[in-house]
Amino acid sequence: MGEKILMKGNEALAEGAVLAGCRFFSGYPITPQNEVPEYMSWRLPEAGGTFIQAESEVSAINMIYGAAATGIRTMTSSSSPGISLKQEGISYCAGADLPIFFANVVRGGPGLGNIAASQGDYNQSVKGGGHGDYHTIVLAPNSVDEMGNFPKKCYELAEKYRMPSMILADGILGQMMEPVEFKFQPVDPKSLKKPEWSLGSAEGRKKRIVRSYDLREGELEKLNWIRAKKFKEIEDKEVLFEEKNINDAQLVLVAYGTSSRIAAAAMKMARDKGMKVGLFRPITLWPFPKKQLAKMAQRVKNFLVVEMSQGQFVDDVRLAINGTAEIDLYARPSGIPNGEEVFAVVDKLYQSIKPAIAAKKAEKSKPAKKAKAPKKAKPTKKLKPVKKFQPVKKKTTKIKTAKKSTKKGGRR
Amino acid sequence: MELVNKKPSSLVDIKMHYCPGCGHGIVHRLIAEVMDELGIRERTVGVAPVGCAVFSDDYFNCDMIQGPHGRGPAIATGIKRSQPGCIVFSYQGDGDLASIGMAETVHSAARSENISIIFINNAIYGMTGGQMAPTTLIGQPATTCPKGRDPKVNGYPIKVCELLSQLDGARFLERTSVSTAQGVIKTKKAIKKAFQNQIEGKGFSLVEILSMCPTNWGVTPLQGLKFVDEKMMPLYPLGVFRSPEQEGGQK
Amino acid sequence: MPEIRVDETRCKGCELCTKACPKSCIEMSDTFSVTGYYPAKLAKTDCCIGCGLCAQICPDLAIAVWK
Repeated sequence: MGEKILMKGNEALAEGAVLAGCRFFSGYPITPQNEVPEYMSWRLPEAGGTFIQAESEVSAINMIYGAAATGIRTMTSSSSPGISLKQEGISYCAGADLPIFFANVVRGGPGLGNIAASQGDYNQSVKGGGHGDYHTIVLAPNSVDEMGNFPKKCYELAEKYRMPSMILADGILGQMMEPVEFKFQPVDPKSLKKPEWSLGSAEGRKKRIVRSYDLREGELEKLNWIRAKKFKEIEDKEVLFEEKNINDAQLVLVAYGTSSRIAAAAMKMARDKGMKVGLFRPITLWPFPKKQLAKMAQRVKNFLVVEMSQGQFVDDVRLAINGTAEIDLYARPSGIPNGEEVFAVVDKLYQSIKPAIAAKKAEKSKPAKKAKAPKKAKPTKKLKPVKKFQPVKKKTTKIKTAKKSTKKGGRR
Repeated sequence: MELVNKKPSSLVDIKMHYCPGCGHGIVHRLIAEVMDELGIRERTVGVAPVGCAVFSDDYFNCDMIQGPHGRGPAIATGIKRSQPGCIVFSYQGDGDLASIGMAETVHSAARSENISIIFINNAIYGMTGGQMAPTTLIGQPATTCPKGRDPKVNGYPIKVCELLSQLDGARFLERTSVSTAQGVIKTKKAIKKAFQNQIEGKGFSLVEILSMCPTNWGVTPLQGLKFVDEKMMPLYPLGVFRSPEQEGGQK
Repeated sequence: MPEIRVDETRCKGCELCTKACPKSCIEMSDTFSVTGYYPAKLAKTDCCIGCGLCAQICPDLAIAVWK
């Protein structure tokens, strides 16, 4: 605590989990998350915990299912294809109301895709992931520091609500090095209370069952209603987000994780040129900061979503804003934009909305008159949407933001 | 007069849902008796499978967890490694253990996880309605091979004990049957050994039990006993395939 | 004299016990039990030796052996 250490994102993630009390990890190699199991393989035994390299992701998540059922803090991590394999087990944990924590260091997809960063697993993460009616609490860090500090938050939320929680990172966050400061006292697992549902040591009490099925008529529905209520409570209480330069903003960039850093760079360039551009960054992707965005859309009439996927995240922004403002999208599906490139989009968009902003300003400065003035709320209708899926300036596509994984080929 | 066979306290005193003549009930009772005799009920965690024995989490009077199809050994690994003081067993059928969960079976054996696996081999998928299992015999009809298992189409049955006996980590492997009362008694001994091995930290133990599924075989319970003895045993010979007493295995 | 008592609410009439009995003392009842099966019963007096093999193979814990 209080000390800054230079670490790789994946290692910070692993260390953050250990400091938060994790004493069991099972995983399987897959790039770009390999540093997590590698780190855990020596760090956990040192801390008196267990590391297992499982025979597959399927087995790894089920080891977690078993270990978590004994009431300890566990972790598994993987990257996109591996997370797909883990979804059945995650669904079982959700169905058995087990608090588990896992991380997805997302890579390009679909299929084997590539090993560079992507945000293509957004929908899979926030809309459930596996089969059945459930949610996963999703935290999206955008720095190595947050990679190190979010696991503790994930454990606390997972345990409070008895459900899976995850960190949605990507290949850049996993691979890059930055200073990290663990801003909490290391958690001694012995100080954590054994939950009243945990298995093992049944001396003097009735047997307990951990299971995800209920075949009795109507019982599963009852259980799912209890969960729905819990999910509602989480949406009310546990939303996390970050805002930058929002107060006077006429255009707000909306982005999470790595793309929020790129968007922040673009915002800075815009501000330097006098444009009133802000940034809204959801930290919890589920629960999604719907209310906050909706409230902002009462004043701000233009949003630009930046994401490294085809347009998954933008759907949640649209749902939140619900038609009350214009939303544009700059998408790079399994591509990594840079600040200049996003700035070019911002610039173009901002110029197109300028007349509307000016009109609005003029309207405001005029003394109040009869209300029937024609509304000028749809300036962006005329805007030719920025060509999607392609960097605007071809010549600037050399990526400077962060290095790709240094590993060649990788495990598979 | 005195009651000779008290019901084991490690089994919940409720009626089981199994079909008449099914072997699951017998094996459940044997596991419960072993838990009673070894005095380990309160520190035992059982893993219930997917399949007919999914409800065994209600039947065993110890902590139970029910998991995805085939993943029993992985779940058992997670429990055992995080709570080494617990006795952990995984109860699995043939589709569960030898088909969808073969990787978990082989690798938990290879790691010599200190767990006990009770494997019911009845050569058929029971709960889903009689489909072909990895252990279905050549020529044996099933709902997904109605004319009988044809090796050209469906391949050959898997002999789990023989397969696992190639692994150094598989410390105790025995195949028994519950088609006779004597077989039941031998099966109990094997189960007890599997649990004792775990208590003594000897590593991976698996007992393969040839068992009856008259419903899905389409025979009467008595014919079911005959099927085990006459059809299954020639392919799946009974006996001890590996024991901890036997040194190391191939190196 | 040893005897067995069959719990008719548990017996599913599978007949495995009839085959396990070395003395062939067990037969099936010719009337339905409450659960709809023909339960096993000790058919002969002075026959049971209390070996318990019937209870060993009974899948439903329906046989109590008294000695």
